[in-house]
Amino acid sequence: MQLTVDGNRYEVDVEGEMPLLWVLRDELGITSPKYGCGIAQCGACTVHIDGLAVRSCQVAAEDATGDITTIATLGNDERPHPLQAAWIAHQVAQCGYCQTGQIMQAADLLANNPNPSDAEIDAVMSGNLCRCGTYPRIRAAIHDAAEALRQT
Amino acid sequence: MSKLRTITRRTVLFGSAAIVGGVAFGAYFVRRSTPNPLLADISDGEAAITPFIKITDSEITLIVPRADVGQGIMSMQAHLIAEELDVDPHNVILDPGQPHQAYFNGRIASNSLPFDPLDESFVPETIRDLMEVVARLSGAQFTGGSSSVSDLQERLRTAGAVARETLKLAASQKTGVPVADLNTEDGHIILPNKTRMAYTNLAAEAAQLEPVTDVTLRDPSNWRLLGKPIVRTDTKAKSLGQQDYGIDLILPNMLHATVYANPGRGGGLGTYNATQALAMRGVRSVVEITDGLGVIADNTWRAFQAAEALEVDWPKPDYPASSAEMWRVLEDAHVEENINSRLRDDGDVENALDGADVVRAEYRVPFLAHAALEPLSATVLVETDHVTVWTSTQIPHVIRDTAAKITGLDKSQVTLHVLPGGGSFGRRLDHDYALQAIEIAVTIPGTPVKTTWSREEDMTHDFPRPIHMARGRGKVSNGKVDAYDLDTISPSLTKSWFGRTFIVPPGPDTLLVWGAYDQPYAIPNYRVTGYEAPRLLPIGSWRSPGACSNAFFHESFLSELIFEAGADPLEERLRLMKDHTSKRVLEAVGEMSNWSGPDIGPKRGRGIAFCHSHHVPVAEVVDVTATENGIRIDEVWVAADCGTVFDPVNAESQLIGATIWGLGHAMNCELTYENYAPVQTNYHAFEGMRLYQTPKFHTRLLGKAPHIQGLGEPSTSPAAPALADAIFAATANRLREMPFDKYVDFL
Repeated sequence: MQLTVDGNRYEVDVEGEMPLLWVLRDELGITSPKYGCGIAQCGACTVHIDGLAVRSCQVAAEDATGDITTIATLGNDERPHPLQAAWIAHQVAQCGYCQTGQIMQAADLLANNPNPSDAEIDAVMSGNLCRCGTYPRIRAAIHDAAEALRQT
Repeated sequence: MSKLRTITRRTVLFGSAAIVGGVAFGAYFVRRSTPNPLLADISDGEAAITPFIKITDSEITLIVPRADVGQGIMSMQAHLIAEELDVDPHNVILDPGQPHQAYFNGRIASNSLPFDPLDESFVPETIRDLMEVVARLSGAQFTGGSSSVSDLQERLRTAGAVARETLKLAASQKTGVPVADLNTEDGHIILPNKTRMAYTNLAAEAAQLEPVTDVTLRDPSNWRLLGKPIVRTDTKAKSLGQQDYGIDLILPNMLHATVYANPGRGGGLGTYNATQALAMRGVRSVVEITDGLGVIADNTWRAFQAAEALEVDWPKPDYPASSAEMWRVLEDAHVEENINSRLRDDGDVENALDGADVVRAEYRVPFLAHAALEPLSATVLVETDHVTVWTSTQIPHVIRDTAAKITGLDKSQVTLHVLPGGGSFGRRLDHDYALQAIEIAVTIPGTPVKTTWSREEDMTHDFPRPIHMARGRGKVSNGKVDAYDLDTISPSLTKSWFGRTFIVPPGPDTLLVWGAYDQPYAIPNYRVTGYEAPRLLPIGSWRSPGACSNAFFHESFLSELIFEAGADPLEERLRLMKDHTSKRVLEAVGEMSNWSGPDIGPKRGRGIAFCHSHHVPVAEVVDVTATENGIRIDEVWVAADCGTVFDPVNAESQLIGATIWGLGHAMNCELTYENYAPVQTNYHAFEGMRLYQTPKFHTRLLGKAPHIQGLGEPSTSPAAPALADAIFAATANRLREMPFDKYVDFL
């Protein structure tokens, strides 16, 4: 079957029910989506399909027919996404293992809501677990990124 | 490099001032330097001036031997060296190095000695020094106990200064300019005429010199990097999704494996049928490992699927099958013959309580998993005369020794690449996952195998925080706490964990009473007794071990007595507090929170707790509201004093993170055992705090304590008792058992 990830087409030979997460990680070598729970409880595996944040551990490979994007498309060293810039400025990450998922979820939030309140951030971001307890800085970074996005 | 020079260089006295305080045995032997591991494999023209710094003609490498599992210690170690060496920590190579005696942790064992941590008199200090010597000689390279900063800060700054002065001497000999006229900046020697000479261009000359060890560390007022906000060296990669963890390693021709181990810990393998698993797509083999089976496949998910298809008749382990039975073991253990320590025994508790109106209470805390977000993983390549391991670990020396033992190779034939960890919280102070990964890889020499635990395996086979209970008896008189007697009962974490990874320290089990016996209160009649319950399942160090349970007991019971006395919770603690640093911390949290008592309005409540652990006093105030949908934690104030703060940004991260850790697990986490294994095997049943439950935080570090200490753990312990105290103020419901959601709902 074919997958489109970050604009690249890939041909993969896997079981249709293999979760997208494991296709990305073990078949394509794309490791920014992280394995944390396998049951959509932690959000570390979050990627976008056609712009929507999804838990890649819950998407069967055969259903991943849309455009898959990972954090590599969101931004990079030269052009970090405003969320990434805010994450750096606030030094959100501790262990950092959940943070790609947090940022991908937050990107979906800001794409739909350019000026989220704390309650709206809570509602969208509470499916993403952080064991280190970086939540206060996640909130602050999302507000800053939203502000930066509104300025552009 | 000539043999002669190697020997000379290896005997250079290094960092001894930080290590030995004049202990009696073998002064020469313990004072002489530990060998420099970097000298073994450097080429001509390369300099390894200390075990922490390697300079070649093209690059500078800083060895940062303490493992980063999220606490930021990699960056901190680099900044400590860089402060004196004058390099940009973001512009050099950071390498955890190979496990070696030179990187021993001198604090973790000496901190477990049964002394009042505030007692710096001759005998405790001498025996602490002695324990450091034991650690030094053993080469135990632990990352843990919030000890990295206190243990290494002077050694690393000294290493930076020694290297800098040696490079200056090399530049002086090359140019004829006196050393006193040379300056350093960003990896360069600066001559008086502003000419810049790169350190890398002086490597060959510096390698010929005896290191300049007569150095003076910079006064904090002259620090260039430390003491102000630091940008962690891993912040950018972790924000761009570019950080690779152990679980992300990809090697050519690598296979993927997982394990299915006896759900009962230590129960062994038993009979099994792997026919179905072996027939599944991508499965290469099923192999026997310690306590279970390993499945090797071409994809982790396929290995997971095959592991689920294994049929095994598991032998029963040697501990009680259920939580209910284990709790009975603890209850039955509260008898005199199980007394392990009475390290606090002030006044005359028995006399004070005799015939008095005694206040009594019993407290319990459950087993808890570490459940770091990155499931445990290790990659291993076994070759004829070498074994290479890639993993995240807090005990690299143990993994090296394990790899040598399993493969039959010499320790020198083991290469260990310590990779960043996606959390740990003490879990990577054990090495069972690496042991299994090595056992799996041994079955296919020449092929690298990455073994990944499923989340379910990770939680089933944790070494959890032990169940722990306490019974308090106390008395108040004239509005004051007059007598306080706490019995704290748990299996010995010291025997379980030290027994697996080091040597069991002699004497009382201090972890059993940490956070209780060592609190700096001057209660007139004050006693803390540790009761060692029989061994249950193997248990482990969980962020702030001992203290995370005992502080809940100790502070909750103190709060109950203060309530009985009708006193103010802050005022009475201040009255009882005998340690000035701790008193200032309590005063600070009162000022920050504008403290005026526990009553802050209808359906609201304010709680307070204090704990002195890891040599850091921490006081926390928690505000809650009892809403129609449950308890909401509104706001939290944290005051602490870890001495001079090297990095206020990461210090705040650790203070808040550890507090959230303490609050979240107190709210809703427990492992309960049925049929020898935990019922909770994933995050749906073990959530901790989520973002919508996260309160507003206010933190303050006083920076006045005399010694510099780490902050990875200390703020964990006061969180649960402060929250329980706040819930009592809001609801009149005194919670004496975790998790609190057994008794109240949370938002």
